[in-house]
Amino acid sequence: MADDTPREDGPEDDAEPVPAPPSDEVAAAVLERFPDSVFHDSHGQAVVYVARASWYELARFLRDEQQFTMCLDVTAVDHLLDAGRVDIAGVDYERFEVVANFISHPRNRRIRAIVQVTPAEPSVASITPVYPGINFAEREVFDLYGIAFDGHPDLTRILMPDDWVGHPLRKDDSPARIPVTFKEDNPSR
Amino acid sequence: MTDPTLSGPGSRALEGSPEQIAGELRLERQTDEGAQELRRTKEVVLAGGPWPELDDQDSTMLINMGPQHPSTHGVLRIMLELDSEVVIQAKPVVGYLHTGMEKTGEELTYVQGATNVTRMDYASPLSNELVFSLAVENLLGVEVPPRAMWMRMMLVELNRISSHLLFQATNGMDLGAVSMMLYGWREREEVLRFLERVTGLRMNHNFIRPGGLAADLTDGWQEDVLNVCDLVEEGVQDYDDLLSGNPIWLERTVGIGKITTEQALALGATGPILRSTGFAWDLRKSQPYLPYDEVDFDVIYTTNGDVFDRYRIRLYEILESVKIVRQCVDRMPLGDYRVQDLKVTPPPRARIDESMEALIHHFKLFTEGFKVPPGETYVAVESPRGEIGCYLVSDGSGKPVRLHIRGPSFYNLQSMAPMMEGSMVADGVAIISSVDPIMGEVDR
Repeated sequence: MADDTPREDGPEDDAEPVPAPPSDEVAAAVLERFPDSVFHDSHGQAVVYVARASWYELARFLRDEQQFTMCLDVTAVDHLLDAGRVDIAGVDYERFEVVANFISHPRNRRIRAIVQVTPAEPSVASITPVYPGINFAEREVFDLYGIAFDGHPDLTRILMPDDWVGHPLRKDDSPARIPVTFKEDNPSR
Repeated sequence: MTDPTLSGPGSRALEGSPEQIAGELRLERQTDEGAQELRRTKEVVLAGGPWPELDDQDSTMLINMGPQHPSTHGVLRIMLELDSEVVIQAKPVVGYLHTGMEKTGEELTYVQGATNVTRMDYASPLSNELVFSLAVENLLGVEVPPRAMWMRMMLVELNRISSHLLFQATNGMDLGAVSMMLYGWREREEVLRFLERVTGLRMNHNFIRPGGLAADLTDGWQEDVLNVCDLVEEGVQDYDDLLSGNPIWLERTVGIGKITTEQALALGATGPILRSTGFAWDLRKSQPYLPYDEVDFDVIYTTNGDVFDRYRIRLYEILESVKIVRQCVDRMPLGDYRVQDLKVTPPPRARIDESMEALIHHFKLFTEGFKVPPGETYVAVESPRGEIGCYLVSDGSGKPVRLHIRGPSFYNLQSMAPMMEGSMVADGVAIISSVDPIMGEVDR
């Protein structure tokens, strides 16, 4: 919306074999530094899909070399039951995605980074050491999705009770996990 | 504590043998010792043998403030490590108001979604609706008509006024200025009364919806708004006279809870907290979304980063919002208040009686909702508390795969820890209040 990148509608519809060259200068720099990442223009917003191994390095790169002063938000998505997903050449989709939004105040631009996380190994490097303000957000993702952040200083549940079983925002987590006991069900009465 | 005259009121030098003293002061001594023994670690207690003497010099205690403390603005709990009255560490503990609203959002259609998100930040519900609606419209590729944009801007600014008035009221109450509480609520009620006249509800309006707004403004709204503006401006002048030069108020707020720009940026703090450190960042100016680039207003900022500055910023932001609202009254364009796309907007009530298609559209819209093309987007606006963002993922069906709201209070809470370190517990109350957390959007 408020990004400087030109608005292009619908590049996600045509599945090109070659990824489109980034129209965003930060994304171009990220692609140059991390060659296995993929740029995507999502409704006029710059998005880079990066490899899981370079997640921490990406945060360092954005903060130290690209003047991205703040990490606004880290969240996750569970794509288990998706009816459809945008086809982006070069991105191997997994069930989970961890999404981080960065903002650069001096350059007045935003970028979003997305990393694919497998359910077999649900973990990604923590960027709390780079952006301390993302501490709570990573705890929230850990709590609600069960995705661990390696290197997080205090990876505990934040919204759910400490003894809670399961991760509520996973699509296969039943929302009514606690069985309701009716009087008639109790044989002792 | 060696000189008894220095140990404060209520202390006295005792005479007689230690046994006599112990007999006289049995209760007090027992309480004191019991409290001391609680500080022993589990390892020492379980190890057996004589317990080592406690060192009184560098012992601290852990105190829970909240989640039912009256000055924690809802169910915020803060774990304080205290050295007598001085806070060494503060750790906010959240989650007591978690109601799974993001999970609920995945079960609701886009038409119903605004009802859900409006309950997150309950002090400025229209900001939530706005950011959700903008995100849905971004995915749909829909642009709302000019009147809808100006109406949204006016309503959101009125909501900012009411939210900041609520802050002024509770902030005054927390610091002992009870008359401020009454005044703040008095003016806020006038704003809410206008919002009720337009939207039908004082709070949780569900008025800004994907595709526009729920209804047009009521007849004679201009006069009502201008009356509210006059009242609020008068009120702000009163608060300024009452508090800004008040020596007690200054004593409680100036230099308390300081935070630097670097700390605020690193901790993700936005809104008045960031602006109080001398960093004039406001999305309405820097990344304009509604016609904010067409109206004249200033971004208020100060340089000290203390409680007093955050109070003052919010006070003067009320006046800036009034300025915007007055311009909205002057320049409100005519036309539609929602986009005329039958797939997104329900047909007018009168059409349902005469048109089968209108009935079908109405029925389908409110049962299965409209379908949003696959994709993901993050939209951010400036709420009274800072950047509120909506990350929305669609898979092409009628319900979002993921609806995530970046609540500014969730991040602002973290900046409370450096503010509190080294302050007194009573100043902690002022600091909590100055952060202005709304637990509804923290816990969601």
